[in-house]
Amino acid sequence: MTAKAAPRSRLEAILRSGRFAVTAEMQPANGADPEEVVRFASGLRGKVDAANCTDNPAAHPHLSALAAGAFVAQAGVEPIVQLACRDRNRLALQADLLGAAALGARNVLLITGDDVSAGDHPEAKPLFDIDSMHLLRIARVLRDEGKYLSGRELTSRPSFFIGAVENPFAPPHDFRPTRLAKKIEAGAEFIQTQLCFNVPRLSKFVARCRELGLLEKVFLLVSVYVARSARAMRYLRDVVPGIDVPDEVLGRLEKAPAGRQAEEGFRLALETVAALREITGISGVHLISIKGQDAILRLIEEAGLLPRPDAGLERVS
Amino acid sequence: MGVFHSALIAIEKAVKVPLFGCRMCGQCILHSTGLVCPMNCPKNLRNGPCGGVLVDGNCEVRPQMRCVWVRAYEGSRRLPVWKDHIEHLQPPVDWRLQGTSSWLNLMSGRDRQVPAGWNGLDPAGGAQGRDRDPGGAA
Repeated sequence: MTAKAAPRSRLEAILRSGRFAVTAEMQPANGADPEEVVRFASGLRGKVDAANCTDNPAAHPHLSALAAGAFVAQAGVEPIVQLACRDRNRLALQADLLGAAALGARNVLLITGDDVSAGDHPEAKPLFDIDSMHLLRIARVLRDEGKYLSGRELTSRPSFFIGAVENPFAPPHDFRPTRLAKKIEAGAEFIQTQLCFNVPRLSKFVARCRELGLLEKVFLLVSVYVARSARAMRYLRDVVPGIDVPDEVLGRLEKAPAGRQAEEGFRLALETVAALREITGISGVHLISIKGQDAILRLIEEAGLLPRPDAGLERVS
Repeated sequence: MGVFHSALIAIEKAVKVPLFGCRMCGQCILHSTGLVCPMNCPKNLRNGPCGGVLVDGNCEVRPQMRCVWVRAYEGSRRLPVWKDHIEHLQPPVDWRLQGTSSWLNLMSGRDRQVPAGWNGLDPAGGAQGRDRDPGGAA
């Protein structure tokens, strides 16, 4: 990697040492009680290298990612604080990047975000003052140049490992690796992909990224979803934009009797993790489930991802 | 705003709105986007497409509309020149230029002014600003 500075986070340290990283998605909290966040994070402690605190996922408001990140860190799990461009302009985003860093966010994940029409406040004004590429560059300028976008100097620099997302499964497929290259140019140091149900498609994407020399410049983490039923899978395919669920994957869940579908969904996720570990150039997995963390914890265990390595960062945490 | 500028805006609108669906952002990058106006993207992406493009290549926000950036990519493949300009990282929009003439801003260099922090990481430290739009004359 080009970065020569000491790792800024546990996640960065694990990735830079060449070990397979594991991250998981926090369930967003629907209230003001931090206990909801702390309970979830405590369950992940020692089982993941970092946990994502989402920013109004699917354009539904929740307890803020910055606040969640602070409580996740207190619970002994390294947060990846997500910031989306949908709800804030460039002033607020810079303020929140600094605020997140001050609250202990050692990783940030910078995204454009779903449109407001995907959420429960479709009448809201979508901001989209800047896009995710701009936000990545701004984060790098804050951190590496010690300046705001305007050029005004900071008194102290934030220190975080900077991530972005990419969707290898959405059209135009030929352009996705090129777009990843742009994200790297903008400032991305790690990538978490959209949910992967189509490993052959992902393999093609990774092969092209390798040809373009991108895998030496960025760490690629692939998202794996533990589906609980064929219905949930159909929902992802038909309602959530940008998710590619091949017919054979849905068919596999549909063929299972109702009482066995959750188990089949789990098997599918387990096999996906195993397949991803065989692809050179994939640096880790990002695990997502809904309704609790049991499926994620079981997946981590049965996939043989424990124990999580010591990142050697304890003295600074 | 002078008479000259008003006239220029009227002409630019008359030419570019029917041809490209131009939104008069005043900082034209059409030649970097396959001659498809990126300001028609509901998320105002200058570096699209987003991850929500539907399987059929349509927009997640307006499912009846083809994704602006899918069209931009396809359009860029057909261009005899500027084909690789879609790979260029575009700086943030300067919203003050909305409604002004991109032709005038091109000639004055105003459309290439970026915030001072934007080029901070550029190893050349150079003026890698907004792409010029020679196609602005189109």
